[in-house]
Amino acid sequence: MTPSNSEDGNGSVAVKIDRLYKSFGALKVLKEISAEIDRGEVIAMIGPSGSGKSTFLRCINLLEIPTSGRIVINGADITNAKTDVMKIRQNVGMVFQHFNLFPHMTVLQNIMYAPMKVKGAAKGQAKSKALELLGKVGLVEKADTYPSKLSGGQKQRVAIARALAMEPDIMLFDEPTSALDPEMVKEVLDVMKDLANSGMTMAIVTHEMGFAREVANRILFLDQGRLVEDATPEVFFSTPKSERACQFLEKVL
Amino acid sequence: MTLSWVTLLSSQPIVAAFNLDFVRISESIPFILGGILVTLKFTALSAVLGFIWGTILSLFKISNFKPLNWFGTVYTSIFRGTPLLVTLSLIYFATPQLTGFDISGFQAGVITFALNSGAYISEVIRAGIQAIDKGQTEAAVSLGVRYRPMMLDIILPQAVKNILPALVNESIALLKDSALVSTIGAQDLLRRAQIVGAEKFVYFEPLLIVAVVYYAMVMTLTVTASFMERQLQRSS
Repeated sequence: MTPSNSEDGNGSVAVKIDRLYKSFGALKVLKEISAEIDRGEVIAMIGPSGSGKSTFLRCINLLEIPTSGRIVINGADITNAKTDVMKIRQNVGMVFQHFNLFPHMTVLQNIMYAPMKVKGAAKGQAKSKALELLGKVGLVEKADTYPSKLSGGQKQRVAIARALAMEPDIMLFDEPTSALDPEMVKEVLDVMKDLANSGMTMAIVTHEMGFAREVANRILFLDQGRLVEDATPEVFFSTPKSERACQFLEKVL
Repeated sequence: MTLSWVTLLSSQPIVAAFNLDFVRISESIPFILGGILVTLKFTALSAVLGFIWGTILSLFKISNFKPLNWFGTVYTSIFRGTPLLVTLSLIYFATPQLTGFDISGFQAGVITFALNSGAYISEVIRAGIQAIDKGQTEAAVSLGVRYRPMMLDIILPQAVKNILPALVNESIALLKDSALVSTIGAQDLLRRAQIVGAEKFVYFEPLLIVAVVYYAMVMTLTVTASFMERQLQRSS
């Protein structure tokens, strides 16, 4: 792992998480998690359900407010009250398990909305960008369709295009294929693979072990709110250190 | 033309059976029907203002800022807990005394009805907003969209679509309740019927005409609404 040399935003570290805690009332969901994500790195977060991996991911763009601890993205401490969180979020794309497309907008409008509203992009510019992204996810012909007319896999590809339209530095994926029919999983994973190959920094909560092994540079294994293992896929899948990871891998592989 | 229509109506057996005499008020019928415009104008103004005010109140109610929650709740309970006729009279008679402004029946009516329907609509809109999947807010927020555009462009359009039937019901209630302004001198449909009745000493016939007109207006609203609803369903 590259040494963490930067909080100025120009170094190799994209996200730095320092002793993160999160509780919902009395329930401690995350306990003292520290990790770093380097630029261009693809991180897969895995673990049994209830291990806190989704909450962890959601803390990275403050969809969940950490109880304590620090998260630094591109040199900006997003847990500091003075930071404009909305500005940070523009640079952190998020893809959800249930897509969360805007149902009253067409595919094209879904993708164009944030660049126009948030970044003030001109309509023509936003449109050509949206069409380019739709080309990347293979859905140009669906530009004027409403989300309700799309399959799950298509919805998720649109959601990825929508997040990419903001030209984020980091993309977060919260179980992006868990709500999909098995035959649609591949089309979404292929899009994500392309994205990873293009050098995007990605953090992915997933149950797709094959994908994690193939695409991720690093595996974070969480159990009961703790970061139990932080290893390369080769090491993690062949010789996991912890008992808990062994048990987990026995069941899922 | 009106006269021939009235004569025709009066010759119907059922009309004769009830001893109804439309001929006596025939020349006043245009005056009564002129109230349609007043009633519609009144209802439309109150509905639009009430909707805007109700939307603002609903945002108060879902706000994280406690005093706003509190205001919204107390406000709604006051308007729900007092008869509309009482608030209407209060505003009509209190305004000149408090501000020196000589408020017309029509103005007092619009203000009261907007304030009142705002209270009811705010509950409807609040429920509508809260029924929208939380994922919509999260998606918007993740894209860096701020509160105001998120509400206006993403949450409210979806909420309004879901609550459209309830909003139409509220407009129908407004249209019917608008007859209350006749008590403070606004010349709406009902008031005109009463004026004609007092002049000609016939009450049944003008009131009957007014009842039929109200019914026709409500039905038009209902049919338009269900048509709109179907159009909206199609786009989702």
